[in-house]
Amino acid sequence: MSRWQFFVAHRSDIFQATLTHLTLVSISMLVAIAIAVPLGMFVVQRPTLRSIALGIASVLQTIPSLALFGFLIPIPFIGGIGTRTAIVALVLYALLPILRNTYVGLTNIDPAVLQAAEAMGMTENQILWRVRLPLALSVILAGIRTSTIITIGVATIAAAIGAGGLGTFIFRGVAMVSDAVILAGAIPAALLAILADGLLALLERRLKVT
Amino acid sequence: MEINAGETVVLLGRSGSGKTTLLRLINRLLSPQKGAVLVQDRATTDWDPIALRRGIGYVIQEGGLFPHFTVAENIALVPTLENWDQRRTSKRVRELLELVGLDPAQFADRRPNQLSGGQRQRIGVARALAADPPILLMDEPFGALDPVTRAEMQREFADIARRLGKTIVFVTHDLREARRLATRIVLLQSGRIVASSAPDEFLRIDHPEVRAFAATLDSTPAGQFQPAQTPGAPGDRA
Repeated sequence: MSRWQFFVAHRSDIFQATLTHLTLVSISMLVAIAIAVPLGMFVVQRPTLRSIALGIASVLQTIPSLALFGFLIPIPFIGGIGTRTAIVALVLYALLPILRNTYVGLTNIDPAVLQAAEAMGMTENQILWRVRLPLALSVILAGIRTSTIITIGVATIAAAIGAGGLGTFIFRGVAMVSDAVILAGAIPAALLAILADGLLALLERRLKVT
Repeated sequence: MEINAGETVVLLGRSGSGKTTLLRLINRLLSPQKGAVLVQDRATTDWDPIALRRGIGYVIQEGGLFPHFTVAENIALVPTLENWDQRRTSKRVRELLELVGLDPAQFADRRPNQLSGGQRQRIGVARALAADPPILLMDEPFGALDPVTRAEMQREFADIARRLGKTIVFVTHDLREARRLATRIVLLQSGRIVASSAPDEFLRIDHPEVRAFAATLDSTPAGQFQPAQTPGAPGDRA
């Protein structure tokens, strides 16, 4: 069977897998953003906590992704086989770029602007929400973009612990030594990554304040 | 050192002489390690810093405008923080734009990056004046402007300052600017006040740092400078 024929014959399976993949990535990204952005805002004025948070996120990122999925399986509540474990792993993986960019974006602000804000009698909180955060948005979004692309890739490995998604085809293809089956998973994953990259880049440009 | 209500005191000195530090002690961006700074007879350390700062306008070089705010939002910063109602705020914004010589219809909705340096500085002044604070602190506000715009701003600002009767503390390293704006010039050197006088008498003070600054007025060597009404009048005698 040619690659194209395989693709056509299994188009509804591939479509389903793509949807599962997209769901995995979307949920993981929303959770990661909900953790990393507030965390970044919280640690921006607290140097000790900041090094701890960035340190942990960096260490998590260095764990090979397949190993991270494996480590989580025996852990109660968050572990086991299936979607929940996969999401936990993907979230842990997605934290670092968002956290780092949130911190950098909130910190890398024209000192004259911050000085004026303080001198005009804005409180720390007002400065954070009304000055730092709006000016950091495009940098934070750049972090989200990096994370999303990593997550789309790493999510293919989630199939190894039974979470489904496009990785299913890749693993099956490797086992069958069939590049047609591998490509049925790899090509949609690549397209998803390219699409997400483009859309988020567009949004990022729009949020940029000059 | 004491500053009376309605005075325009110019703090003059080289870089690192402590003028900006002195300025920031007034609105408690810095706290004194010893001694005390009194604002309206109350030590700055006894003030709630937020309340203190809202009653003191602050203008810095390049304006320090918020790039994500429009001109109107920038000017309305303190009124917004103080929860003024919409109508009062927008009326005040219009007044201030007119005061600093910019047409409200044309400028209110622009962003700072659509303004020239001089216009940005005008908005910076308008923002500082928004809640009508009795005290105005200015840290080399015109330092980044070209000489022509700079002279224009100095003339206009001197006029505004006279009309509003604010207490102004103005930092500069430019003696010419000091002479144009000050009711009193205070010269600082290495963190100490070395001279303090009305602008007319300033050049007569016999102090090496005063002579060093006097020498910047024209090419006449330090020490030979004659107090003159028109700056730059004595020619080259070489």
